[in-house]
Amino acid sequence: MTRQNHKDTLIDLLESHGGPGFEQAVAEKCVTAFNEYTEDVQIDKLGNVIALVRGEGDGPRPKILLSAHMDEIALVVTKIDKGGFLRVWQAGGFDPRTLVGQEVVVHGKQPLLGIVGSKPPHLTSPEERSKAAPLEDLFIDVAMSEERVRELVNVGDRITLHRETMDLLNNRISGKALDDRTSIAVILECLRLLKPMRHVADVYAVATVQEEVGVRGATTAGYGVNPDIGIGIDVTFADMPGQDADVSFKIGKGPAIAFGPNIHPKVFQGLRDAAVEHHIPYQLELSQGPTGTDARAFQITREGIASGLVGIAIRYMHCSVETGSYDDIIDCGRLLAHYITTVDAKTVEGLTCY
Amino acid sequence: MLLKKLTEAMGPSGFEDEIRNVIREEVTPYVDKHYTDVLGTLICEKGVNKNGPRVMLDAHMDEVGLMIVHVEENGLLRFRPLGGIDPRVLVSKPVQIGPQKRFGVIGAKPIHLQSPEERTKPLSLKQLYIDIGAKDKDDALSAVKLGDVAMFTTKYEEIGDHCAKAKSFDDRVGCAVLVETLKAQFDLPLYGAFTVQEEIGLRGAGPVAYRLQPDIAIALEGTVCFDVADAPGHGQSTIMGKGPALTVHDGQTIANRRFLEFMMSVAEKYSIPYQLRRVKGGSNDYGAIHKVREGIIGGGISVPVRYIHAPTQLISLDDYQNTIRLVSAILTELAKGGFTA
Repeated sequence: MTRQNHKDTLIDLLESHGGPGFEQAVAEKCVTAFNEYTEDVQIDKLGNVIALVRGEGDGPRPKILLSAHMDEIALVVTKIDKGGFLRVWQAGGFDPRTLVGQEVVVHGKQPLLGIVGSKPPHLTSPEERSKAAPLEDLFIDVAMSEERVRELVNVGDRITLHRETMDLLNNRISGKALDDRTSIAVILECLRLLKPMRHVADVYAVATVQEEVGVRGATTAGYGVNPDIGIGIDVTFADMPGQDADVSFKIGKGPAIAFGPNIHPKVFQGLRDAAVEHHIPYQLELSQGPTGTDARAFQITREGIASGLVGIAIRYMHCSVETGSYDDIIDCGRLLAHYITTVDAKTVEGLTCY
Repeated sequence: MLLKKLTEAMGPSGFEDEIRNVIREEVTPYVDKHYTDVLGTLICEKGVNKNGPRVMLDAHMDEVGLMIVHVEENGLLRFRPLGGIDPRVLVSKPVQIGPQKRFGVIGAKPIHLQSPEERTKPLSLKQLYIDIGAKDKDDALSAVKLGDVAMFTTKYEEIGDHCAKAKSFDDRVGCAVLVETLKAQFDLPLYGAFTVQEEIGLRGAGPVAYRLQPDIAIALEGTVCFDVADAPGHGQSTIMGKGPALTVHDGQTIANRRFLEFMMSVAEKYSIPYQLRRVKGGSNDYGAIHKVREGIIGGGISVPVRYIHAPTQLISLDDYQNTIRLVSAILTELAKGGFTA
């Protein structure tokens, strides 16, 4: 089957549910998606999905790891309150202001649709309106008696956002979990474009777990694969009024390529050269320390791994209406595919020459 | 599925075209005649030459929504609410805009770029935009017009124990009760008024009551219900699942005691659960109707709606069914001469 792109795969991934530590449903879909390009797909002890697409040639081949995290931010039930209302804490960073009035899925003995409660304006004083409720004060309503809730829900059950993906103008899409499942789509686009190209490097396409609670999956995936080059693919911030210029990337203007201490200078150089040579639009993302991405873990895994970081810009990160462009996803996939074709044994040798 | 059709239709105050068409199609087989007045209220007549008190049942078609008022250079849309919306419920929600129902989203600055203090303050209307994916102002204006209105996108679904969630149960649940009532037969002259612009100040109900001059008028509503975690008993207004709520005293009306007691006695006679609406805030169309001409006797019957005026609202389907039963019982008793206006 020849595919135009992986947009349908992405939408399926976005509407699947899987927060840190319970990515299994998303992992299964990643396995199926990666199987379009290779039979060699494994799952490690933490749950990372690792697919190997081999390069050409008999000799030792460079190993490039591409990672995208499949977990999304989630909530955890901490208490079943009087009346059956659920109190929660978080796994991953929510702005509680984005949760008010939000529909969620409670992953109890069966999935339950829930609503994060909001007080009607008719009963709200002007003083109350000037305050934003902290997460502890929010509650989730599953429209059941307390007795039934206690049968179906336990403390520790996980909760994720409920949102259908929407098409906006200019091939932009909006929904939940674009952070970071758009990057899984980037990997799939890369593999699709790489298929007719010649490359000596073995490519390990990895969907990692537990990024949102501290890049944990990347730590074991990096160790297990032990690549020469580890490239994290993660979303970055798109421009929005009131945001600083250096963290305001443009949607539709190509992937951001990261530069800074967390990024191996030669990997950065190679990615940028590939963009320039193939006329792929890109933006420069400057970081001043370890990034909040899988690249953070790769850099200091085993003896150290040469790390890179690319990704598309999205608006409203960690909301249920994260917004990005599928054009950027394809451009980011193209960038990676062309970069991979440039990597050979000499490239790897050069990584330790300063 | 009537509730699904009615709640998913578009109709912010003053822009009730779609919902009016949906309702018109639903009622046409069951009423003798229907027409619209100058404000856009849909009026249905059924058996108006029968003997007995002339009864007007009212339900407002409009919902709270947003109007697009400006487009920024970067293509993001500025909006203002149509009706009472707490801006805090808008963050991280999608909307559908204009007759084409184009998707737009209301996002917020990512938490990674916020200071902890920022999170303690609600986002004001000034900090919110609708993003339709436009590249710039011209691109946006090729897809939406200034003055286009927007609605929430929530789908109707049954959830929990015999409950349902949707947008605009206020007052599409009242519209559904009225449609179901118009399908039945009663031995009295009956008028159904699907009114406009309730959410911006009970605008549509007065003129239609003036026109019809009913002996008795009843507003059918979806009303405030806040029987949730941490809510003090006196602020709950109504309790979901405890039956239709009868208005005693709200922002616009002090109930006609005799009619209220009549409605309570009918509920008891027919063993239909009911409750009294127990807050002063909020109102319904009867607030405008009772002051028309020399005054009109009647009252308000409401289905409790949790998270009213928010994107996802919740009702008990038992309350909905019991409201239909109660309205039917009241009409039956009125036809028998059970109440003299």
